[in-house]
Amino acid sequence: MTKVLSGSEIEDILSSSFNNQIESLGNDYVQISNEKSLDLFNYLKIEQKYELLSSVTSVDRISHFEVVYHLTSLQKNESLVIKINCGEGRIDPKVKSVISVWRGAELQEREIYDLMGIMFEGHPNMKRLLLWENFEGHPLRKDFVS
Amino acid sequence: MSTELVTMNIGPIHPSTHGVFRMRVTFDGETIIDAEPIIGYLHRGSEKLAEERTYTQIVTLTDRMDYTASMTNNQAYILSVEKLSGITPSDRGVWLRMIAAELQRIAAHSVAIGFLINDLGAWHTPLLYLLREREKILELFEMMCGARITNSYLRPGGVFMDAPDEFWPSLNKFLDDMPNRLDDIENLLTDNEIILARTQNVAILKKEDAINASITGPMLRASGVDWDLRHRNPYDYYEKISFRRPLGTVGDNNDRYLVRLHEIRESLKIVEQCLDLIEPGPVKPEEVPFLVRPPEGESYVPIEAPKGELGFYLVSDGGISPFRCHVRAPSLINLTLLRDMVIGYKIADLFVTFGSIDVNMGEVDR
Amino acid sequence: MGPIRESFIFEFLYCHLSLEASCSSVRILNIAFIPENLSWISFTLTAFFWIFVFINAALVGVLMLIWGERRLIGKFQARLGPNRWGPLGLFTPVADAIKVMFKEDIEPTLSDKLIYVLAPILMVVPVFMIFPVIPYGTKTFLTNISVGVVFVLAITSINSLSVLMAGWASGNRFAIIGGIRAVAMLLSYEIPMGISAAGVVIVAGSLSLSEVVNNQVIPNAIFQPLGFITFLIASTAELNRSPFDITEAESELVAGYMTDYSSMKFGLFYLGEFMATIASSAIIVTFYFSGWRGPSFIPSEIWFLAKWIGVIAIFIWFRATFPRLRIDQIMSLAWKGLFELSLINVLVLALMIAIWPDPSGIQLLIMTLINWVVFFLSIYIFGKILSPNLTGNKITKRSVVYGLD
Repeated sequence: MTKVLSGSEIEDILSSSFNNQIESLGNDYVQISNEKSLDLFNYLKIEQKYELLSSVTSVDRISHFEVVYHLTSLQKNESLVIKINCGEGRIDPKVKSVISVWRGAELQEREIYDLMGIMFEGHPNMKRLLLWENFEGHPLRKDFVS
Repeated sequence: MSTELVTMNIGPIHPSTHGVFRMRVTFDGETIIDAEPIIGYLHRGSEKLAEERTYTQIVTLTDRMDYTASMTNNQAYILSVEKLSGITPSDRGVWLRMIAAELQRIAAHSVAIGFLINDLGAWHTPLLYLLREREKILELFEMMCGARITNSYLRPGGVFMDAPDEFWPSLNKFLDDMPNRLDDIENLLTDNEIILARTQNVAILKKEDAINASITGPMLRASGVDWDLRHRNPYDYYEKISFRRPLGTVGDNNDRYLVRLHEIRESLKIVEQCLDLIEPGPVKPEEVPFLVRPPEGESYVPIEAPKGELGFYLVSDGGISPFRCHVRAPSLINLTLLRDMVIGYKIADLFVTFGSIDVNMGEVDR
Repeated sequence: MGPIRESFIFEFLYCHLSLEASCSSVRILNIAFIPENLSWISFTLTAFFWIFVFINAALVGVLMLIWGERRLIGKFQARLGPNRWGPLGLFTPVADAIKVMFKEDIEPTLSDKLIYVLAPILMVVPVFMIFPVIPYGTKTFLTNISVGVVFVLAITSINSLSVLMAGWASGNRFAIIGGIRAVAMLLSYEIPMGISAAGVVIVAGSLSLSEVVNNQVIPNAIFQPLGFITFLIASTAELNRSPFDITEAESELVAGYMTDYSSMKFGLFYLGEFMATIASSAIIVTFYFSGWRGPSFIPSEIWFLAKWIGVIAIFIWFRATFPRLRIDQIMSLAWKGLFELSLINVLVLALMIAIWPDPSGIQLLIMTLINWVVFFLSIYIFGKILSPNLTGNKITKRSVVYGLD
């Protein structure tokens, strides 16, 4: 059974060198700050063997946007969840692209940009993926009244 | 000898793009020097639609994602909902949905192999033999739930109805017959010199590259990584089942074909074991409400779908519909390396490689 | 009029028209009315009549082949095939033909109009020219030209020009790739085809198709199996049929050189291809299955027809079972495989004919035996030693490994 790490367990892994980057703890996730996130991900991938980026996704929390990373370690058979807050407010959300760490984020980050409007800095090909080029707005945001 | 480069738009309407996939490919003579996948022609906004539906209604949306494997889509979604709302499924319901999921895997792999061989240029003959077997599975599904392709069979807590009595003899007949049909297919295809010449050492995907690009499913196993979520993260009752995991040795198109073919055999064994273990009982707990209202929170339960790791990331705000529903679509993510895999090969290899990745446009675009 | 008068069907009609003196013995009904000094009129009338008959027979043959191919492939693929129009679906190709004629004729704006229109015509017309020279029975042929073998090989190679013209004139990138592939492939396969045919000519001692059949005591398919195999493979490639259908590769190039053709122009390509299959099968029967020869209790024409249908069925069988080869594999098969095999065949035959210029029965048997030994040896050598390099990568039969618990 893949062990899903709890928030405090993830903190234990990160505490050695990335303690100051942890913003908050959840039950089964850790929210980290956007600065130097690539160092943290590199550490997770190379030192901690979380070599498979299962999924990247994003949530519109209305007050802010967050990006959610599901990481899996094939060797240890463990998985964990990292979240990044894209800054307060809904204008111009930005995070660093993890494409240099995990190639698998390429299409997923483009999809998030397309549907949620979060810019990924450092992505080589930040274009819309599913919708056409001049589509107005980002459909998965909670901007639309139901 | 270098020639003038030719850029071609292949798709979205093309016989072997398996739907409405488009590639902008640059050729130097017959050799591919660049390929860019362009998708979105089947985008229906399922994730947004899910935010407006109740948890049970979303089951019908999941059917239409990977429409060759609706049962496993249902399963991934239902497992996420069950984890989110803390529902314990009933035993018979779980066994039934495992049987359904494994049958669906056989059907989906049959389609994958059939169309792969079709992309190789065989004039529909292996495809039609495989589709005939798939048809039998679809008939079994029709018995189970009344639908053939868009099943919507699973519900939070199990399945919505028990399989009828006639289902079990038909299933046994299928299980007895299918290994022979697979032998036929292997006789026709596996040692065929042309198929070997066309698929071996083409579009080799290395272990490290595959993991780094988040590639999962038969494609990852064809590269030699022993990662099957049914084995490493046994959801439902897969811990009670024993099965082998076929792995490729080189990671080329031929391995991807072989892995799928052998997974069909393993799936048949899994169904047989499920048949031994299933017992009468309710297919769904009585206490599961019609309108599921999970507490605030989030869940992500990955499962081994025919195409790879499929998971629904659900965020609940305590309402009757999810606050956010994200699908981790294996088809989309497996496409990441298409460009790297085909560069330097010939035009014909492009389609074979694309076929061996086995994407389903309904799932790529959602 | 020498060689033409050998033709029974020509002479029969001619003599019923002309009052020529030598004709009186051939006539069954005494209905001739054209005087001898106007013999050119009876000659022309006869010729036109037979042209009309042959063209229509070829067209009906194509319809029958389309029906037969779809029916047979249906059987191969565990389905029914066409079965709605007429008995056993016999009229399905007729309905198809009518449909094709009434479709809208689209000319792409980027096309080179003149060449675009000429290409389908060039596909069909040459194939018609093959049928008159083929001997269908002991005396049933229209004309027996003394260079029949060369004529047939020359005519069948015209279609590569048509394919290139169509690909070029369409102004479509799928079409031009199809056209270029066609030229590369068809020209390459001309060579093994021609050399294999040389083997037939050596044995027959004549370029005339009638002589080729007359001198085939043992069918060449048995007498020189190596030549037969190379010729069969090369003509499959010449016909653009599976596994060599890269020029119209459905799963790659949509429809290859005919992607942009519609209506009857597309119909002509379709017609030309199927007619070429019929014509090529007739050539193979003539070259390698001893044409109309067979035990005499059945008329020679029936023998020819039976063998003809058999060879066509082989082509259909190929199409139903083989996946397509890749362009580089096709080219290396032609140049590294078939070319050498056909040369070996010609060399061995030429040596043996030099030793026994006029072989007796027992000598023929010995020659057949030698040919079979050469056949197995060369196929074995090419299969085992050269085959891994033939296709561009090492082929090993492999299986999966299983994950450890």
